[in-house]
Amino acid sequence: MKPPAFDYSRPETLEEAVGLLAELSSGGKVLAGGQSLLPILSMRLAAPEHLVDINRIAELDTISAGPDGVRLGALARHAAVERDPAVRSTQPLIPAALRQVAHPTIRNRGTTLGSIVHADPSGEMPAVLALLGGSVTAVSARGRRTISAAEFFLGPLESALGPDEIAVEAYFPALAVRSGTAFAEVSRRHGDYAVCGVAALVSVDQERRITSARAGYLSIASTPLVLDLTEAVLGRRCADDLSAAGRLARQLVEPDADIHASADYRRDLAGVLSDRVITEAARAAAGSGPGD
Amino acid sequence: MTEQLHEVGLTVNGAAYQAEVPARRLLSDFLRHDLRLTGTHVGCEHGVCGACTVLVDGVPMRSCLLLAVSVQGQHVTTVEGLAAPDGTLSAVQRAFQECHGLQCGFCTAGFLTTITAGLRQNPEPTIEQAREMIGGNLCRCTGYQNIVAAVLRAAEIGGGDAGGE
Ligand SMILES: Cc1cc2nc3c(=O)[nH]c(=O)nc-3n(C[C@H](O)[C@H](O)[C@H](O)COP(=O)(O)OP(=O)(O)OC[C@H]3O[C@@H](n4cnc5c(N)ncnc54)[C@H](O)[C@@H]3O)c2cc1C
Ligand code: FES
Ligand code: FES
Repeated sequence: MKPPAFDYSRPETLEEAVGLLAELSSGGKVLAGGQSLLPILSMRLAAPEHLVDINRIAELDTISAGPDGVRLGALARHAAVERDPAVRSTQPLIPAALRQVAHPTIRNRGTTLGSIVHADPSGEMPAVLALLGGSVTAVSARGRRTISAAEFFLGPLESALGPDEIAVEAYFPALAVRSGTAFAEVSRRHGDYAVCGVAALVSVDQERRITSARAGYLSIASTPLVLDLTEAVLGRRCADDLSAAGRLARQLVEPDADIHASADYRRDLAGVLSDRVITEAARAAAGSGPGD
Repeated sequence: MTEQLHEVGLTVNGAAYQAEVPARRLLSDFLRHDLRLTGTHVGCEHGVCGACTVLVDGVPMRSCLLLAVSVQGQHVTTVEGLAAPDGTLSAVQRAFQECHGLQCGFCTAGFLTTITAGLRQNPEPTIEQAREMIGGNLCRCTGYQNIVAAVLRAAEIGGGDAGGE
């Protein structure tokens, strides 16, 4: 099908875009990569009055990585972020998860910030942002505010952004010393939305014993779910049996069934994948194996 | 009420075009209906099948997920732009012919554009990389084996020089 009719503007500055959205009150909609919005329009699941195309706002096309973490502007495309060496060394979980976001052709156009704002509970990057404790900065005619990941995701396809706000930056904290990350998911075909996906962040002490183990889940709850699995593996090393992490995850998740998978199958996947990523992240944290 | 029209100017296969289109005109429809370049096919119209893939400034993108007005000022290469002006097929096109990389041909334009850009980025793909390169394109006929063979063959006969912009 074809999209319904809408008005369209292509501002060249953030100020202009924010002014337009303020004028349009709730009738405006931001168009970034369009890799989620255009399918929605073509399927007529939404009919915004006016699209504000932000693709020409050069000041939003930024990727920066420093000691405190990675900052992505609203026009940082998945593919560019995935390839950026400074992003990789600052927070390797970002490229590891991005490789599972759709197909390369979609990643050439889709933006990482757009996928966060889209707040799909099956999206990889909302789960990564939530696990790492990152944030989103938004600008509107009312001013600028930073929203923590914990407060950003309200429900399926629902973020805390107001209709007049433009998300201008996503912030992902850097990987700390003696910490490691890993990502794994199961999908019907590579590039499809995952039936279940898990990101892990593990820290160890100087003796390489686990001090913290947390996991972020996609396609398991209506918003990205972050679980603290530390109690299951506290004090263990990466070479030990860490399957208690998966057992705890199985107890804690409460997935729903849908046409792709039953609730039990999802719960089982959450357990299996938790084991896998916690072990891999622990190895990376100990600096002794794949993932580092 | 008539729909508002927007001026759009872009280059397609090296030729400059100027047109007035409604904002909702998809690039795929702009190419097919306004410019009559019907080599680009439309399958699913929501990003899943890859049939509509074109190169925008050399980068493969779904033309069904782009608004024509959004690509203002950019360079688009469609399947019609892959062969040389005298009709000589590009390496990727020749490899498809040699390896029987197509049957009905519905998906082919999307594969050719995707592989053209893919080989430019990675001129010597392994078989795994060749599979990954085409992972976002669906084909209902061939079973993919011959398409994978065509990727490797195109690399052999000069994939880096695959044609297009
Ligand atoms: C076939 C296919 C498979 C896919 N598979 C996956 C997958 O496996 N995992 C995954 O995570 N994604 C997947 N996607 C979606 C893809 O990652 C999109 O790129 C992403 O979800 C949205 O980014 P975008 O820049 O395209 O945003 P758009 O489509 O332009 O926008 C999406 C929504 O976010 C809003 N928005 C975007 N940017 C901003 C901003 N800066 N400020 C305010 N609002 C904004 C828009 O108004 C809209 O509501 C897939 C898409 C397709 C077509
Ligand atoms: S028609 Fe564009 S991806 Fe299927
Ligand atoms: S050749 Fe028929 S769909 Fe691919």
